[in-house]
Amino acid sequence: MRSLSNILHLATKELRGLLRDPIMLILIVYAFTFSVYTAATAMPETLNKAPIAIVDEDRSPISMRIIDAFYPPFFLPPSLITHAEMDARMDAGLETFALNIPSNFQRDLLAGRNPAIQLNVDATRMTQAFTGTGYVSSIVSAEAQEFAAGYRQDAEPGVALVGRARFNPELDPAWFGSIVQVINNVTMLSIILTGAALIREREHGTIEHLLVMPVTPFQIMTSKILSMGLVVLLAASFSLAFVVQHLMEVPILGSIGLFLTGTALHLFATTAIGIFLATIARSMPQFGMLLILVLLPLQMLSGGSTPRESMPEVVQFIMLGAPTTHFVMLAQAILFRGAGLTVVWPQFMALGLIGGALFAYTLSHFRRAIGTFA
Amino acid sequence: MSGPSTSGEGAAAWIAAVEDVSLTYGRVRALDSVSLEVPSGQMVGLIGPDGVGKSSLLALISGAREIQRGRVTVLGGDMADAEHRRQVGPRIAYMPQGLGKNLYPTLSVYENVDFFGRLFGHSKAEREKRIALLLEATGLAPFPDRPAAKLSGGMKQKLSLCCALIHDPDLLILDEPTTGVDPLSRRQFWELIAQLRERRPGMSIVVATAYMEEAARFDWLFAMDEGRILARGSPASIRDQSKATSLEAAFIALLPEGKRRAHKPVEIIPRAEAENEVIAIEAQGLTKRFGNFTAVDRVTFRIRRGEIFGFLGSNGCGKTTTMKILTGLMPATEGEAWLFGKRVDAQDIETRRRVGYMTQSFSLYSELSVRQNLELHARLFHVPAERIPERVRLVAERFELTDILDALPNRLPLGLRQRLSLAVALIHEPELLILDEPTSGVDPIARDAFWRSLIELSRRDGVTIFVSTHFMNEAERCDRISLMHAGKVLVSGTPAALQEASSTDTLENAFVHYLQKAVDEENREEAEATASFDTAPTPASASSTSRSFDLRRLFSYARRESLELCRDPIRATLAVLGSVLLLFIMGYGISMDVEDLTFAVLDRDQTTTSRDYVLGISGSRYFIERPPLQSYEELDARMRSGELSLAIEIPPDFGRDVARGRATEIGAWIDGAMPQRAETVRGYVQGMHAHWLNQRLAQSQAGGGGAGSLFTIETRYRYNPNLESLVSIVPAVIPVLLMLIPAMLAALSVVREKELGSIVNLYVTPVTRLEFLIGKQLPYIALAMLNFLTLWILAVTLFDVPMTGSFLTLLAATLIYVTATTALGLLISTFMRSQIAALFGTSILTILPAVQFSGLLDPVSSLEGAGAMIGAIYPTTHHLTIARGTFAKGLSFADLQASFVPLLIAVPVLIGLSVLLLRKQER
Repeated sequence: MRSLSNILHLATKELRGLLRDPIMLILIVYAFTFSVYTAATAMPETLNKAPIAIVDEDRSPISMRIIDAFYPPFFLPPSLITHAEMDARMDAGLETFALNIPSNFQRDLLAGRNPAIQLNVDATRMTQAFTGTGYVSSIVSAEAQEFAAGYRQDAEPGVALVGRARFNPELDPAWFGSIVQVINNVTMLSIILTGAALIREREHGTIEHLLVMPVTPFQIMTSKILSMGLVVLLAASFSLAFVVQHLMEVPILGSIGLFLTGTALHLFATTAIGIFLATIARSMPQFGMLLILVLLPLQMLSGGSTPRESMPEVVQFIMLGAPTTHFVMLAQAILFRGAGLTVVWPQFMALGLIGGALFAYTLSHFRRAIGTFA
Repeated sequence: MSGPSTSGEGAAAWIAAVEDVSLTYGRVRALDSVSLEVPSGQMVGLIGPDGVGKSSLLALISGAREIQRGRVTVLGGDMADAEHRRQVGPRIAYMPQGLGKNLYPTLSVYENVDFFGRLFGHSKAEREKRIALLLEATGLAPFPDRPAAKLSGGMKQKLSLCCALIHDPDLLILDEPTTGVDPLSRRQFWELIAQLRERRPGMSIVVATAYMEEAARFDWLFAMDEGRILARGSPASIRDQSKATSLEAAFIALLPEGKRRAHKPVEIIPRAEAENEVIAIEAQGLTKRFGNFTAVDRVTFRIRRGEIFGFLGSNGCGKTTTMKILTGLMPATEGEAWLFGKRVDAQDIETRRRVGYMTQSFSLYSELSVRQNLELHARLFHVPAERIPERVRLVAERFELTDILDALPNRLPLGLRQRLSLAVALIHEPELLILDEPTSGVDPIARDAFWRSLIELSRRDGVTIFVSTHFMNEAERCDRISLMHAGKVLVSGTPAALQEASSTDTLENAFVHYLQKAVDEENREEAEATASFDTAPTPASASSTSRSFDLRRLFSYARRESLELCRDPIRATLAVLGSVLLLFIMGYGISMDVEDLTFAVLDRDQTTTSRDYVLGISGSRYFIERPPLQSYEELDARMRSGELSLAIEIPPDFGRDVARGRATEIGAWIDGAMPQRAETVRGYVQGMHAHWLNQRLAQSQAGGGGAGSLFTIETRYRYNPNLESLVSIVPAVIPVLLMLIPAMLAALSVVREKELGSIVNLYVTPVTRLEFLIGKQLPYIALAMLNFLTLWILAVTLFDVPMTGSFLTLLAATLIYVTATTALGLLISTFMRSQIAALFGTSILTILPAVQFSGLLDPVSSLEGAGAMIGAIYPTTHHLTIARGTFAKGLSFADLQASFVPLLIAVPVLIGLSVLLLRKQER
């Protein structure tokens, strides 16, 4: 009872302090509105306006057909260049793809001589290079096959492949991108708010004052987690409702309540990380360095920026210890696939465990960490 | 120069004039049309209670604060004029309020003074000479290498004075220089000033002080109250005006009727000895060591319940540490302590409720109002809710805080904040009060009021009071006192007994006597320590100080910042090691090569053809087959749970239709929850489908026999033939890391000065904004370059990423780039006041654009909307192009010129904006 009222009063203090800092409030609003919106809308479809050049040495009907098959929005209109120009243009990064149609391609194709088309890819252009190659190949193949089929009466009619994307039929990257951005900001903000607030209390000596009062480290930590968690949760809900659902018209399939419950669990874990870092760091600049060190992997390797399947298994395994990994999983499942608790309970459990472990560890070291500082 | 009536400063009878100056902070009026003239060549004092505008007035005269209304003329020019401020800056020295506020805590004594010397453009020889003289005169010479943070309060103030005097100012402005300093140090401080004046009679000194006995020795005084001047004149004439015997009495007499009546002299009620006395505090052989430094050395004492026990001693003698041990904040290395008969235990919550503690430095929440601070502490001490308003009202009345209940503490002067701290310590009616220099910086009237309440608490309520103080008249009011020095208790007893034993006439002299004895014993060999200013340094040769851009000032900031960086090796190590670690994590963690995607088949055909089709997918390294699907419901459920990334549906009669050449459709259901993965899956499936068809076509053409294909697409992955993610990711991660870390460090370095107070040196020294910013930036540029080299070496050795292009091009680009990234940090810092905001702001403004808008994953040309625009101008984009170009593509400067241009534009734009937005004065 006592403990509860202490936590409540301390939490109120935290909130009051935050309200007095207009720049922080502006930054929070910025992070959950403008930042989410630009990040999500800037994301291109995997293939968006990919620059492609074609060296057409055949100048045949089939090469014309292939050239006409590349058009926006997937590709920029192909630039027709000579073989000599190709190297320079690729060096300068003007083209991601360069297709080289050799002379006599059509003749050899129809004669069944198995001619070769050369596709040059700028492999430093990560996403486009890797997925785009498949697209270019299938477009060229389709054109060539159709041409060949139309030319010869005995050809088999095509077996069509009908791809249907579930949960996001247009594969609009903004859907997932906006959620990932919300998740990233939730993570960043919660770590900064709790951690930096604790460092500030240390640098200004107020934590000493708390420690001589009938207040336990448990209460101090809990109050910070509660108050800052609440702020971030509110900001995230607002962002989800207003920016994601309303402004960007992303359809949410699942239960927002369940998602916010997951967010709260995630916040428990990330705010605990914040306090943990603050007990290690001796000054704000040190905390800043630690923050980047922790935040970047949490964001980049959570499965939100690149698919988890793309990471080496060791990394996948290690990242199971990061709250963001589970949060991204549960966000995907709940918001887009409409999954319920029966599906996402393992993620909920994991978040609770990670948060609990960090909290317990930090609590046991709290007094000593503060004491050595004083 | 637009000087007023006086022509030629030498002839002027006054050195600074203030005309009709008003200053408001929000709704609080700090100065109310004040006019005064500071006589030149004299020692001028500003006296008055806390919060009457003394500090504001001094800040205006020194040029540290922006003038709101009125006119301030100093050294023959208008202080509103930036050009004039720059001109006269080297002739003014300003020591702000607070112990060592303008010092850099991690720098040593010598380095602190040296920094100021460099700032004023002294040559090496001259600096050395001056510093040696100053340190000698202030008695700091024996420990030039001690960091400022480890100095005692008195030594900090002396060091501060050294820093102020290094450039031979004509006008020395001291804001409560001896507040919180022990009597011996205080005495030495004023002796120092006296010597200084002897040597340089022309120098004018303006001092704000709360010590009336000090003010009595000044030449000229201004008595202030509520933002107005009450009286002016020599101390004697002020005394005569009010027909008082002492200046303190005179000052009280000058106050308006209402305030004067509130003041009553302190009456000391002798303590009644009781029969069986309860011991409230007992310490037995308390010892505290920090490394090989003994802060508290076998301290033993017993304090009876209801006693007022005074702790006296020079600064840094171990008083604060002893108090911290008693409160349980710090464990003792040896010895034990008991409160109310219970051993001190950090876990003991119940005892804590009986204790009120007040720390030396202000440690309440500056973001909460006075009332909120009081209420918060009342609640945390479990004062019953219904009694809280009454308690708040009572303590507010007792310490005269009623009028400022809704003000924020950091808007209040030191004295008022001290009163608030006291009020907080008393809010829960503790049985034991531990007060660490509670009245430092509190004016005489408030101090008397405070002591009246202490005596009342002790005598009426039986509260035990353990208090440390530097005021001798306060020590006289204690029942018993202990004198501490260098961790040891020198002597204990009643004030009268101590005075008698030392055969001195006042307690202050007794104190100085004991202390001097102890000090003499310590450094007998350094008996010559109290040298003087006799050997006058050469006259000021401040030739360069008035230049508008001076490399020496710039480098002195750069040097200082580097020293600070070196003193905090963890920060630099984290920056370098952290980026190495991140390079590993990101280099190995991010890859576009998506493998082991899960899929399952809903095969309604179950023929060799359908199995052949599925084999084409399951045989690839990209996909892992899961148990086949039986129905749409199952497909739906398993996709919803996220188990499957892809489901293939093969229609009935697929094999027959294919054989007969009839049109048929294969369904590919892809989990679109993560679009990027879905695109990859779609790309793979399409490729395999096309391959399968191509093969069948060729088979049928070759009469069903051969396994050839119609034609081939030869894919050549350029610059990275084996399609290794590392080759593509590593050169791109380096620019990202060189954005985040240097920007964060640079931003924090400026905001840190704002938060901790040393920014005042920018306000009052001749350093310009450009010199300040670039000076602070240089060390971080160097650190970033070191960072870059480490990353580069790792990239080419450990990661085996080939460096095919021109290294020099990359190096040059990186130098420009990190200049831009640190400048971005500086720009962010100009908006932010707190380190938290700087941390958060820098994270938001760097991580997102660097990671998502700069081409790390998606090429900038493919971005949309605002992100595309940010990406086009963001420095990371261009450095990333250069890094990839020189690493993988074998390019040189000629090929990459275009990417240098935006980087070269970014640097002056970012620095220019920072200079424009940084304030050279406090507002």
